[in-house]
Amino acid sequence: MKGILDSIGRVGLKLFTKKYTQQYPEEKPDLPARYRARIVLTRDPDGQERCVACNLCAVACPVDCIDVQKGETEDGRWYPETFRINFARCIFCGYCEEACPTQAIQLTPDFETADYTRAGLIHDKADLLIAGQGKQEGYRYWSVAGKAIDGKDKGEAENEAAPVNLKDLTP
Amino acid sequence: MSRIRIIVNGETREVEEGQDILSACTHQGVEIPHFCWHDALGSVGACRLCAVRVHSGPEDAEGKIEMACMTPVADGQRIEVADAEAEEMRAHVIEWLMRSHPHDCAVCEEGGACHLQDMTVATGHRTRRYDGPKRTHRNQDLGPLLTHEMNRCIACYRCVRFYRHYAGGRDLDVMGAHDRVYFGRYEDGPLESPFAGNLAEVCPTGVFNDKGWSKDYARKWDMTATPSICSQCSVGCNIFAAERGGRLRRLQNRYNGEVNGHFLCDKGRFGALHLPDGARLSGPRVRGLDVSAQEAITAARTALERGAVAIGSPRATLETNFALRQLVGPDRFFAGLPDLEAQTVARMAGLLARHGAPSLAELERCDAALVLGEDLTGTAPRAALSLRQTARNASDALAAEKGVPKWLNNAAQVAGEGRKSPIALVTMLPDALDDVAAWSMRRAPEDIAAFGQAVAAAIRGERADAEATAIASALQAAERPAVLSGFGLARPEVVDAVAAIAEALGEKTRLYLFPPEVNSMGLALMQAQGLERAFEALEAGKAETALIAEADLFERADSLLVDRLFEAAKEVVVLDSYATRTTARASITIPCADWAEAAGTVVNHEGRAQRRFAAYPGAPAAAWRTLASLSDTLSGWATVDDVLAELGQALPHLAPARDAAPSVTFRTPLGKIARANWRFSGRTAHDQAGGIVRDAERADPDSALAFSMEGTHGAGAPPALRTGYDVPGLHSASAAPYLTDANGGHLQEGDPGISVLAGFQGPDAAPALPAMERGMRPVPLHDPFAGDEIGRRADYLAKRCPPAQVMLHPADAKRLHLKAGDLATVDGLHAEAEIVISDAMPEHHVGLSAGRVAPRSLSRIVKIGRQG
Repeated sequence: MKGILDSIGRVGLKLFTKKYTQQYPEEKPDLPARYRARIVLTRDPDGQERCVACNLCAVACPVDCIDVQKGETEDGRWYPETFRINFARCIFCGYCEEACPTQAIQLTPDFETADYTRAGLIHDKADLLIAGQGKQEGYRYWSVAGKAIDGKDKGEAENEAAPVNLKDLTP
Repeated sequence: MSRIRIIVNGETREVEEGQDILSACTHQGVEIPHFCWHDALGSVGACRLCAVRVHSGPEDAEGKIEMACMTPVADGQRIEVADAEAEEMRAHVIEWLMRSHPHDCAVCEEGGACHLQDMTVATGHRTRRYDGPKRTHRNQDLGPLLTHEMNRCIACYRCVRFYRHYAGGRDLDVMGAHDRVYFGRYEDGPLESPFAGNLAEVCPTGVFNDKGWSKDYARKWDMTATPSICSQCSVGCNIFAAERGGRLRRLQNRYNGEVNGHFLCDKGRFGALHLPDGARLSGPRVRGLDVSAQEAITAARTALERGAVAIGSPRATLETNFALRQLVGPDRFFAGLPDLEAQTVARMAGLLARHGAPSLAELERCDAALVLGEDLTGTAPRAALSLRQTARNASDALAAEKGVPKWLNNAAQVAGEGRKSPIALVTMLPDALDDVAAWSMRRAPEDIAAFGQAVAAAIRGERADAEATAIASALQAAERPAVLSGFGLARPEVVDAVAAIAEALGEKTRLYLFPPEVNSMGLALMQAQGLERAFEALEAGKAETALIAEADLFERADSLLVDRLFEAAKEVVVLDSYATRTTARASITIPCADWAEAAGTVVNHEGRAQRRFAAYPGAPAAAWRTLASLSDTLSGWATVDDVLAELGQALPHLAPARDAAPSVTFRTPLGKIARANWRFSGRTAHDQAGGIVRDAERADPDSALAFSMEGTHGAGAPPALRTGYDVPGLHSASAAPYLTDANGGHLQEGDPGISVLAGFQGPDAAPALPAMERGMRPVPLHDPFAGDEIGRRADYLAKRCPPAQVMLHPADAKRLHLKAGDLATVDGLHAEAEIVISDAMPEHHVGLSAGRVAPRSLSRIVKIGRQG
């Protein structure tokens, strides 16, 4: 008898402690920025696509759910002609984000990615590309790359000397 | 050369004397990091990466740090690759080289298959400590085939060593001084050498790359690789066909020590891929209407029942040609060529069967050569590259006399004093090989065979003119004289002249005869007669239907003959992969796989049967499969092995072709051989239905290769089935030497291919050229950038290919009232070619770009005029 009353008392005390259960979906959880859920493709500070279709995310992906085909714009930039992620396969490991040399692919805390059809889980570039820079602000890959694009000639990237004058024979 | 013992990393190894430490270790499979050393180019000691500790003997406890590529091996030597001091030096070298290397890997085509990347990762260098500015360069436009990104250069000098010293190019050089050296042309423009494409593989980083691949790019690890054989000439270079998404993205060299070694020509590398949309035959058609495959087969069967002649092709495989032969019987099987060419190639095959058919590797070891009538750079470019190495042998021999070994590349060149092996070129026009020739002689096409006979007479000790005598004595004095010719001039008597020389020289002769196409030799070995005989059979009413596989007859034979043949045939059934002038004339067309899409066996100029395989699944059926479905008697053919087994019974000398590659039932301990890399990405990204891709759709019935990553990779597979080199830690073409037995040697398990010449009896003499009336005699002109009927349409190669020509002597041009630059007509028909006037052209002859203006063998006079 004593034991039963003791249990009831202990449970009853919980009425007065802090509540941990959240009333999802009415209440949205506040997740840290580094939480690994919905994958997005970001843009650089100029609003240009950051992704250069280098394929490192695709090769890092342990479930091989990323497919990228490189294209090239008129101004010389590489970009993904297709960028497709199959979220039916994605395990949100974040390796793609870690592999990305241009900070283009990022995982975000938005975990509500469920869908009613499998086809709906195939996200193409239009579904992935966002307007902003995401978590990594200020990084512009083309300012550090050696390849020239329109508006950034040889020698104009960060920490680059002017192109060599081939006729120069000084030591 | 004797064998000596050296101790590498504590292990005793027996190696050949007289080589450098780096070469010796590499072919033993011991990796020493390097950049500037190249298996085919030797050592120059430019990059300083191959530092190792060398102890001269057991008593030398301390040893010293030496460049492995510049130090000869010696008996009892102890070599430590992993020595701490050597490792530190190598790490510093990498760090220096990376000082100005751009942050480009993400947007560099080479990334993932880059020797610089491999070496940098191996030394552990990851952060640039120097924070001064990076040196930069401007790029050049090097034409439609190659990209140029000079910022990535590490100044290893491999490109100029290959381009200038190995391939004889003049327009790429190193310029500037200090740390500002620049590798490029003197001004923008396409690289002139027809071997420039090799720079994409020779460069250890991403300075030069394949432009077509860059535009339709996939990382190396994302492409399946299939062992294939180049389709553009009779050399049959071994290539990797790299594919992703059902599209060929790039062709790369596949090492074969006997055939192509490390290098391809541009026609092979850039031809026959990146074809424009709409070039393919879209679907089966019967009398102009789209029909189902079954309806087309039924229509073709009905046509065949009326009696048919079958016309084979030097572009098609042994399997397809044999299927044609079996469908109609040997009497009604003909080659899609003029009889003149068919009989001449048969004569070549007979001569090679009799005198032996040496490989191109053997040509590079010859010490004298005579090229009779052949524009080798135009008709078999890879053989011309080999002949350039033949020319260097005298220089290397002189250097060796002075004690300078060949591998010490720069020193050997100085010590060799520029001495050239005696090479005689007897051609109609100035030749691309003139710069390596001791005798560059120009003769009219009719006089070339006579000159060859004069050389043969001089060798036999008879009287001949001074030049013939000089060449004869050079050939006689040589230990390994090579005699080269082909069908480039479309003159059969040249082959007989070569036969006379070979007979006179005796056993030491190395005889090279280059037929025009990839499987010309295979078709000749099937003993088919020419189109004239096919026409006669149709004309005589012995057959009503002409069944043609993979041949545009207008490409190879006189259009007058082809037109008559089509008129004589009541029904024309054509199987081909691409739309051609012949498919346009057919009443029934059935699409089939192209050269890269189906397994098949082809026979190269030396009678080497080599197998190529389907580069991707889902292509139309191989022509032989569709042909087999046209007859109940061939329904038992399930795989290429079945076809070749029956071929071996019907034509015993072709029986070895079955062993050109392991059979389709071959399995390694790990199963099939994987075409895809372990890191092939995106495999589940298309998985829309969430289901499993059925293996049946991707099955390859004709090889032991799998269209997936499961199975054996790299050197675990037999050489003919290798899909890559797969040396751990090395992802570029620089991995090839680890699988060979010496510099320029054989693959350790043997080079792929098997000879099918033994036992073949050719005709006793080449056919006689029909007598021609007075008038303009046609002579084919060849261009190293002009592919075959398919290769000519390849986007990038077509941009590089010079325009077609109708070449005349000034006197002829004056008589015909033609000016240079006029658009030409040939026999009153518009040709897409300009008149070119040249003193080099013999009078009363007209040079016509082969295939583009006229078929290569046209044995009648033509009328040349001007359009409009």
